[in-house]
Amino acid sequence: MRNYLLPDFLVQVGEGCSACGRCARECSFGVISMESGRPVARHSRCVACARCVTFCPTGALRVVPNQVAHRHNPYWSVSLRHDLMRQAQTGGMLLAGAGNDLAYQSIWDHLLLDASQVTNPSIDPLREPMEVVTFLGAKPSALQVEARPEGTLRLAHPLPPQIRLEVPILLGAMSLGAVNLNVHRILARAAQETGTLWNCGEGGLHEELYEFGPSTVVQVASGRFGVHPRYLERAAAVEIKMGQGAKPGIGGHLPGEKVTAEIAATRMIPEGADALSPAPHHDIYSIEDLAQLVGAVKQATGFAKPVGVKIAAVHHVAAIASGAVRAGADFVTVDGFRGGTGAAPKVVRNHMGIPLELALAAVDDRLREEGIRNEVTLVASGGIRSSGDMVKALALGADAVAVGTAALVSLGCTLCQACHTGRCAWGLTTQDPKLAARQDLEEGVERVGNLIRAWATELREVLGALGINAVESLRGNRERLRAVGLDAETLAVLGVQAAGRE
Amino acid sequence: MVPGQVIGDLMAAMHDRSNGLGGGFAAYGIYPEMADSYAIHVIYDRDDHRSAVEQLLSAATFLVRSERIYTRPTPGIGVAPDMWRYFVQVPPANLGGLSEEDYVVRLVMRVNMELPGSWVVSCGKNLGVFKGVGYPEDIANFFRLEEYRAYQWIGHGRFPTNTVAWWGGAHPFSLLEWSVVHNGEISSYGINRRYVEMFGYRCTLRTDTEVLVYLVDLLVRRHRLPWRLLYAILAPPFWEQIERMSDPDRRELYTALRQVYGSAMANGPFSIIIGHSRGMIGLTDRAKLRPLMAAREGFRFYLASEESAIRSVAPNLDCIWAPKAGFPAEGRLLSQGVSA
Repeated sequence: MRNYLLPDFLVQVGEGCSACGRCARECSFGVISMESGRPVARHSRCVACARCVTFCPTGALRVVPNQVAHRHNPYWSVSLRHDLMRQAQTGGMLLAGAGNDLAYQSIWDHLLLDASQVTNPSIDPLREPMEVVTFLGAKPSALQVEARPEGTLRLAHPLPPQIRLEVPILLGAMSLGAVNLNVHRILARAAQETGTLWNCGEGGLHEELYEFGPSTVVQVASGRFGVHPRYLERAAAVEIKMGQGAKPGIGGHLPGEKVTAEIAATRMIPEGADALSPAPHHDIYSIEDLAQLVGAVKQATGFAKPVGVKIAAVHHVAAIASGAVRAGADFVTVDGFRGGTGAAPKVVRNHMGIPLELALAAVDDRLREEGIRNEVTLVASGGIRSSGDMVKALALGADAVAVGTAALVSLGCTLCQACHTGRCAWGLTTQDPKLAARQDLEEGVERVGNLIRAWATELREVLGALGINAVESLRGNRERLRAVGLDAETLAVLGVQAAGRE
Repeated sequence: MVPGQVIGDLMAAMHDRSNGLGGGFAAYGIYPEMADSYAIHVIYDRDDHRSAVEQLLSAATFLVRSERIYTRPTPGIGVAPDMWRYFVQVPPANLGGLSEEDYVVRLVMRVNMELPGSWVVSCGKNLGVFKGVGYPEDIANFFRLEEYRAYQWIGHGRFPTNTVAWWGGAHPFSLLEWSVVHNGEISSYGINRRYVEMFGYRCTLRTDTEVLVYLVDLLVRRHRLPWRLLYAILAPPFWEQIERMSDPDRRELYTALRQVYGSAMANGPFSIIIGHSRGMIGLTDRAKLRPLMAAREGFRFYLASEESAIRSVAPNLDCIWAPKAGFPAEGRLLSQGVSA
């Protein structure tokens, strides 16, 4: 069949090229090769990952959009037309990596924060304590105390298990398979050094990383990959994955070619076999089954660690979250439709689920209406891009946020959305040992750690400007948010007033 | 017993702290002959809103007495709403499994939420709140406070900046035996409000301070926490201080207080006075961004934002002190008087 597709990008070699060959060595997509001592590009393969441009020692390379003069048509976008041609050529489902890239409204960008003035002096975070410590775990609605013989007080009953987070920022679930072991090493160490948790995702935890257990959330997903007693024992917390924001309604899909010996051993499957997570858990067909699994995991771990449930933001997310809490979840992760993925059908990634902002607000409201908000830690994830998004998520009602894509970007990811190809030039979403080796452990840990530290500093700065000195006074405090350019219905769901309203 | 003139004079000394847009008083012990009844003070923006409330009270309680709260025309006090007080008792048969106090709280929330143009400003036994738009000394004159004698007075002058000035929004805010006046701002109000709403309280008075009185009711009466833990919830020790606690039980308790009651922390600059039937407490935020002075003279205990106010009515103090940030100054009623 003839190929009607034009390249999306053009690689241009400009003045100053020293013909060193670096670009050809860096390109993992087979775009650039050295021919007769000069770099030559096969443009159609370029995904615009910018690896060659970043590493060209003379700055002679450019990657530019291939702007062909199609008749202007905002309805039939070029990208849509390309997809149609691809499907006409293959008859297959389009795959995509990373997160939903369509121009849906980003509600974060319509929310603004309050600041202190006159009656509520702002607090200088450089001079005053500014507390951002957060605890992951279920809390009772009320405390009971008893007096000791000498008259001092103590708790009548110990609290359910709590994990202290130095910052309300978690590293979100990315499985071994979606990313490689090097990336897992980086996330684990960065979490340990910053006093937070990382999440190993649904592909098991490599033996080598067991030492990071106290900083690790392990997942139990529908495929049960790598789930065994030691895995659960080593973890700080266990998360049952019911859904993922990037691909609600379907399970993970790791093609056999990415199942290396290392991954096979960790996932407990044969080398080279496809690792398909079923869309549903085959033992969960309703909420009471989820309650059983939560109970089973708690029993298996001696009721010593928080057990959570991760759900995708879909239409009935509030009812589902409430069900998860009543099923015994100590924490619930709500994953919005902007969340990332190693691979997903494009139609699912781009068209399923709802924005995290609305889901989060609806969940927090519902749990409060039912009087059970205290009994769960609410984690918001799926497209948190900046400390600004984080602060707004906390104000809408999250106890903490989890970041995946942002952490990958800190490691070099340029969001070229080619994760599903397994050819990530930045060594992140690839199992090719040569490419994976591009991630330097020490530097990676510093980068991810710096990101978390920077956001924590920015959070303290914002708290100070808000005139509050503890993050628990920001959490769920929608009074400190105002909205611009949102319709009344959206405002009602968010529980936020329009800017200008008192 | 102290005549209302005293608190009026004390407030007048701090005239410049208010701007004429709010003044109010809580008076404890003013209805001794009706001490068994809940004294429900209600303000009505129009007289025709009164019948709905009176119908509700007649149906839900045993109405012992009702009367218009007497006032006098006072320069500086503009158009006042209609204000009534009702002395009611709750027939046990009406309780339906609720405690008497919870029953009264529900009734109050219902009036404030559902009945238009009517707001309950106090509902405790043997106490009443008198408040409105004006300077506190003018409000005292307006309500003829010199004619009342109380064992405990709490006064407030307002300089509103964040919310509108109206009669229901003046301090004190009161529920059952609790009353709260507040100098400052509760910057955590948004979450404090959503927190108490989970327990059935509804903030309807358009001022951040209102939420504090519901927090006191929730934590002290319903959760039965000792007062010292209430202080540790409203103005908790910093994590650094908790980590330094040598007694592991104490450390665990204070950690759990922050974990469980983080949403109840009052964050932002405040000094508050919490009144209850057996005393009053002064408390500031944990950075002490608002002033508070406590003093004792004989069996009398004083709290004020300014020393001058206390000295204006009690020139021969036994002692006067500035409570530390986040630490309470407590005055308790004794059988023979008051101790600090």
